[in-house]
Amino acid sequence: MAEVVVRARGLEKRYGSHPVLRDVAFELAPGGTLVVTGPNGAGKTTLLRLLAGLAAPTRGSLEVAVERARIGLVGHEPLLYRELTALENLDLYGRLYRIDERRERIGMLLERFGLWDARHQRVSSYSRGMTQRLALCRALLHQPSLLILDEPHSALDAEGASLLDEELAALAGGHTVVVSTHDPERLAPFASARLELERA
Amino acid sequence: MTDYLADVAALARKDLRLELRARDTLPAMVLFVVATLVVFHFALPGGAGDDAAYGLLWVALVFTSLLGLGRAWAPETEAGALDGLVLAVSDRSTIWLGKTLAALAFLGAAELVALPAFALFFAPLDGPALAGVALASIGLCAVGSLVSAMAAAARGREVLLPLLFLPLAIPLVVGGVGSSISPDPGTYLAFLGLYDAVFAILSWAAFEYVVTE
Repeated sequence: MAEVVVRARGLEKRYGSHPVLRDVAFELAPGGTLVVTGPNGAGKTTLLRLLAGLAAPTRGSLEVAVERARIGLVGHEPLLYRELTALENLDLYGRLYRIDERRERIGMLLERFGLWDARHQRVSSYSRGMTQRLALCRALLHQPSLLILDEPHSALDAEGASLLDEELAALAGGHTVVVSTHDPERLAPFASARLELERA
Repeated sequence: MTDYLADVAALARKDLRLELRARDTLPAMVLFVVATLVVFHFALPGGAGDDAAYGLLWVALVFTSLLGLGRAWAPETEAGALDGLVLAVSDRSTIWLGKTLAALAFLGAAELVALPAFALFFAPLDGPALAGVALASIGLCAVGSLVSAMAAAARGREVLLPLLFLPLAIPLVVGGVGSSISPDPGTYLAFLGLYDAVFAILSWAAFEYVVTE
């Protein structure tokens, strides 16, 4: 695993008797960006949850050479508390990740993603796009070594999508990224590998 | 150890803040337990005696805790925050312990209203009875936080939670009633302490597997 961050061999995931992933194999080098594509129901989200350690494979092997606390995840859900403000949410995660100079890092991210003025608003009052931006702030808060993004452009407006592209460009090469999308052309400039999933 | 406790404190504080803001659990628990005691006050025959009243107090307390536990994981399941916590904490059992402490705070607050109401309607509670309430509350919240996490991840959670929780609560009711009415309450208090220790350790160790698919 010295030069590979993620290695999957014969990976299979079933829910009951229903196969979601079957015989998936790939490797990802440090600093690489893997773009995962496929139709709805092909198991993209399941694969990303396996990579994040939130689910266990039914069969096959999956080695992730990054400790859990160094993984950043943006999923379909924002993984936030709706009745807490943006600042309270990020402060909670900052404490749990034990981030040095947490307030400065939170302020910088909120500024960068255009949420500073709305930092004292509860997430329940946010639009879907603002919530997605905050989810990105949460995922980037601890400067993860492995960033897992599940259709991150969904719900973002043009400005938010551009901000995300800039962030991905800045991360490319230095951080390992796995991102699922229905728009692989958009991610082509950052991609070092592509994995096409089919319905199992 | 300091980091572990810091995580637990941050998670419990978050639950208290959410409840102070939303007020969707504690008021319901207080209303339920007071309403139940009022109904029992009028329903219990005059010559029923204190023993029956103590039994009814435990019925009220168990179902009050069940009411709180049914909402315990709602903030985590609403927007997938549990996945975020699982990735962020250094030890997943901190999530369970933080939730247990928050549940205990809510149940304790409900009992602060319920126990004086019980004393007013039925009979005063002596030291062993109060110790029984305290020990049983710890057990209810420790076990309840684990099984409510299991139920929250499943379909039919409203049915599953009582099915899992109530059988596990029966020994606590036996111990609680025993500590209130028995001439030898020490045995029942020791039993409650043992139950708390065993089930807290089991819940602490099992939580890792509850939050992983």
